[in-house]
Amino acid sequence: MAYLPDMEILMESTIMEQVLARREEYDYRRYVAEDIRVALSKDNRTLEDFGALLSPAAMPFLEEIALKAREETRKHFGNSIYMFTPLYLANYCENSCVYCGFNRCQKIRRAQLKAEEIEREMRSIADTGLEEILLLTGESRKMSDVHYIGEACTIARRFFKMVGLEVYPMNTQDYAYLRECGADYVTVFQETYDSNTYETLHPDGRKRVFPYRLNAQERALRGGMRGVGFGALLGLDDFKKDAFATGTHAWLLQRKYPQAEISFSCPRLRPVTNNGVIGGSLLHESELLQVILAYRLLMPFAGITVSTREHAHFRDNVTGIAATKISAGVSTGIGGHQECQEETGDDQFEIADTRSVSEVYSAMKERGLQPVMNDYVYV
Amino acid sequence: MLEGVKDSFILGGREFTSRFILGSGKYSLDLVRAAIEDAGAQMITLAVRRANTNASENILAQIPEGVTLLPNTSGARNAEEAVRIARLARELGCGDFVKVEVIRDSKYLLPDNSETIRATDILAKEGFVVMPYMYPDLNAARDLANAGAAAIMPLGAPIGSNKGLRTKDFIQILIDEIDLPIIVDAGIGRPSQACEAMEMGVAAIMVNTAIATARNIPAMASAFKKAIEAGRTAYLAGLGRVIEKGACASSPLTGFLND
Repeated sequence: MAYLPDMEILMESTIMEQVLARREEYDYRRYVAEDIRVALSKDNRTLEDFGALLSPAAMPFLEEIALKAREETRKHFGNSIYMFTPLYLANYCENSCVYCGFNRCQKIRRAQLKAEEIEREMRSIADTGLEEILLLTGESRKMSDVHYIGEACTIARRFFKMVGLEVYPMNTQDYAYLRECGADYVTVFQETYDSNTYETLHPDGRKRVFPYRLNAQERALRGGMRGVGFGALLGLDDFKKDAFATGTHAWLLQRKYPQAEISFSCPRLRPVTNNGVIGGSLLHESELLQVILAYRLLMPFAGITVSTREHAHFRDNVTGIAATKISAGVSTGIGGHQECQEETGDDQFEIADTRSVSEVYSAMKERGLQPVMNDYVYV
Repeated sequence: MLEGVKDSFILGGREFTSRFILGSGKYSLDLVRAAIEDAGAQMITLAVRRANTNASENILAQIPEGVTLLPNTSGARNAEEAVRIARLARELGCGDFVKVEVIRDSKYLLPDNSETIRATDILAKEGFVVMPYMYPDLNAARDLANAGAAAIMPLGAPIGSNKGLRTKDFIQILIDEIDLPIIVDAGIGRPSQACEAMEMGVAAIMVNTAIATARNIPAMASAFKKAIEAGRTAYLAGLGRVIEKGACASSPLTGFLND
């Protein structure tokens, strides 16, 4: 998994070494009930407390942890829930990630939106009232190069107040270019922080280069992005260790770049057909909730997003406790946000919550939450 | 209030008789309503980034006439960003008052005093009524006053912490040495803490989280109003001496001179 010649190496950064070392040392079997009580009694929790909250010892305390998490969420966010939707610009991909619907070996319809199609899609999304958008592509620099993504950001600025990116990792100067084009934050899922499992699940393609992906958030911040998002695909490997690594990664980067706005996503591996390679295990909802609560207590000021991989019932409840951001009106295919317009490209994953923007908005209000379309100024 | 005494303070040419200012970082319509009806707020802050929305529940539409809007530059990480946000506030019709909030630490949300001073200097020259949010430091407060600030807004404790007047001694220094209204902002968690600050002689209190997260928002807003009035009345009435050690004889040491 050596760096490719055009991949930037952050020579002086020790973030990756620290994250991997701590993940390796993390032994969740050694925590006991008293560790949980100590973690809950503090205002400022350490990585050690975080480790306790992710451990099996925390499970009997889930209700107390949830109460504490809700208190922290209220202190930092009030009752606000931020709304957004993803827009998949393209699903061309040169990787063959075993668990992904866009895997280049999959026989799916491939498509990429042209500029005028991007504009039409964005206008349709903006008409639903949303003011924040997340732009995604598959990993193909040939088909969806940085300038293509930059053009999409420029178009997005005309329709939206906040523009996020969840695209392939790139060098600092490319992030700086995209920031100038109008992007505000970058999310990269490490999938798993176990480099051996990672290698097995990413047999070829640029994504195979584990350290380049892991250091993406730091390059994004150096390129001027306001915020960065973290996440592991929970269930690919030991989810406790991967969640621990995710939290550690975010925590270390925030200490190094204090102005960075940090957010977590918590994608949970769902059943994958024809899977003979993925050795991890699927999480129960209670375990996913445990992870979300632990992220909240480690970094009370971080945003936490819950995606449409989860059902409405779970999403509605967790937004009242610890999650602060929710997607709505979601399509993970290419095209299809306009009425009477079919998708031209196939989906990345199956959506479990198909509610529209207005339906999710109403659901939040009914629970006494305050849906917020925008809380940001691009400066 | 003391009978027959009109007690007000002036900011930006406007007179305020209420010393309760509502912060709106944690915002809801209930909170705004309670602040005005139950706490008598005459000034409400507004994050410009929050008003930067097409949504129908734009806070701008909820502020009644007669209440002064105080837009804040939250989201700014340096002086240049604060200045841009302040100008945007003006374009949105928020008036000339601006609370400068420059924060480049997403964990504790502590203000950056030096960037705040730079922003204050620029904005004051552009005719804004500048109210800077700052970490209580006398040198920075003097620089802010010299830069044209209309008031000084030191924090009591980190935003959202509800920890009260952790910086009490340093706020007292500002009250004693700076000839501008001192308005405690951030960290006030209980009405008793607001009362305590008013007893010290601060001009006003800004509260948000303590009310927004209360079980009964209108009742808590009302409690804060009463606490602020009580503290102010006590300050005007003149608090008695606090004797740190021993007692104080009613016949002092030099009483013999009168024998």
